[in-house]
Amino acid sequence: MAAKSALLKSSLAKKYWMSLTGLFLILFLITHLAGNLVLLQAPEVAAPAFNEYTEFMTTFPLIKIISYVLYFSILFHAVDGILILSRENRNARPIQYAHSKPQNNSIWASRNMGVLGTAILVFIVLHMANFWFKYKFTELPMGAGDLPDMYGLVVASFQEGWYSAIYVVSMIILGFHLWHGFESSFQTLGLNHKKYTPVIKVIGKVYSVVVPALFAIIPIYLFLNS
Amino acid sequence: MKLTLKIWRQKNATAQGKMETYQVSDISEHMSFLEMMDVLNEQLIAEGKEPVAFDHDCREGICGSCSMYINGQPHGPRQATTTCQLHMREFNDGDTIYIEPWRAKAFPVMKDLVVDRSAFDRIIQSGGYVSVNTSGNTLDANAIPIPKEDADEAFNAATCIGCGACVAACKNASAMLFVSAKVSQLSLLPQGQVERKERVLNMVDQMDKEGFGNCTNTGACSVECPKEISLENIARMNRDYLAASVTK
Ligand code: HEM
Ligand code: SF4
Ligand code: FES
Repeated sequence: MAAKSALLKSSLAKKYWMSLTGLFLILFLITHLAGNLVLLQAPEVAAPAFNEYTEFMTTFPLIKIISYVLYFSILFHAVDGILILSRENRNARPIQYAHSKPQNNSIWASRNMGVLGTAILVFIVLHMANFWFKYKFTELPMGAGDLPDMYGLVVASFQEGWYSAIYVVSMIILGFHLWHGFESSFQTLGLNHKKYTPVIKVIGKVYSVVVPALFAIIPIYLFLNS
Repeated sequence: MKLTLKIWRQKNATAQGKMETYQVSDISEHMSFLEMMDVLNEQLIAEGKEPVAFDHDCREGICGSCSMYINGQPHGPRQATTTCQLHMREFNDGDTIYIEPWRAKAFPVMKDLVVDRSAFDRIIQSGGYVSVNTSGNTLDANAIPIPKEDADEAFNAATCIGCGACVAACKNASAMLFVSAKVSQLSLLPQGQVERKERVLNMVDQMDKEGFGNCTNTGACSVECPKEISLENIARMNRDYLAASVTK
């Protein structure tokens, strides 16, 4: 009886999905970053390379399938995280303490995953509206490599100081989300082991600093070189 | 020492409560926190006022009833210590101390600092047992060989006293540390294998029904737990539950 709803409705199931979609996003960010680092090269090299990369990512069938998994993961992760987890968890304590010292027993990021996640969601919407939407639904001028000029769009966007600043701040927020989220997702799936858990924790900390930092370098670099 | 106490007062389960301020003096640093509360209550009785209701029983850190959220932490500032084992030397003359009941939808306040923790009992009833035939030729538990490591881990999980500090500490009022300790103490031992899958499914199901929040792995529970129950129990339960829900 309990087993029926176990994989869909139980409190643990909600967490399994949170963890799986989160881990998928973590994997995706690595491939996304690898592609974007092309932008740090000299414009003659970067422009055709980035335009070809964009073309490949939007047309190659396997990538297309993965991109649907990705859209689904983001939406599911956000709905599960905000509408279900954060809301249910607020309801589980209707009367707050008059005096509470949570800083003595847990880290800040772990207590603010919903807020951090919401900020990331706002960023993702802005990010997709500016690049993904324009690429898919408007006619970009042709650029290097005789392809729609995604490189030109990216460079022009990051020449705006405020736009680059939003990216940098968002990456810091992502770093905090993953500082807790990375190791948390393994704990949620029960992947805990005396030998491997300490290693996972170190990888998580390194990931949550290095990956957002490398992402953030791109707008900073393009802004300073404009 | 002299202290200012800010204590949650609530007449009964349905009444509106509020924080009230009291002064106590001549508190010895050797007193336990509950003895300090006794001094306050004697003072209140002498003044013809209603004493503060609070749960306590063993006063030696084993029954788990002395639930008080003291200065922003369950069981007060000292780690691995119940309220009854907390001594007044942890505080200074002139301090203001906030004393509140556990706060969770699943632990409704009955009166003042007393909360109803029967949700824990219902979780235990839903699966926290092993069925053993007691027809006369019962196998002596000590006759079953168990690796020392497993026995130790099961024992550590079994030191949970059901105090509810984990729920009180958790920002989500989640009961995962308690439930996972109770699941683990049995699932680590050979006697617990027969009902292993049903147990974890039913106990989590009951936990959800009681209205506890979802775990987000903040780890606050384990830090505040007077018995230092490890987060590994939560991971084990996550693993067991996943396996049971796929295969059962
Ligand atoms: C690239 C973007 C994101 C990545 C890589 C990511 C990754 C993660 C990971 C790995 C977890 C831990 C899962 C677990 O503990 O089992 C997590 C948890 C969470 N995320 Fe995200 N997330 C992202 C975006 C978002 C967004 C857009 C939202 C909300 C709108 C969000 C809200 C949450 C919440 C509420 C939790 C639960 C807190 C917890 O269980 O620790 N995340 N995320
Ligand atoms: S796990 Fe620790 S804090 Fe929670 S009920 Fe058991 S002894 Fe108390
Ligand atoms: S009164 Fe029994 S544990 Fe404190």
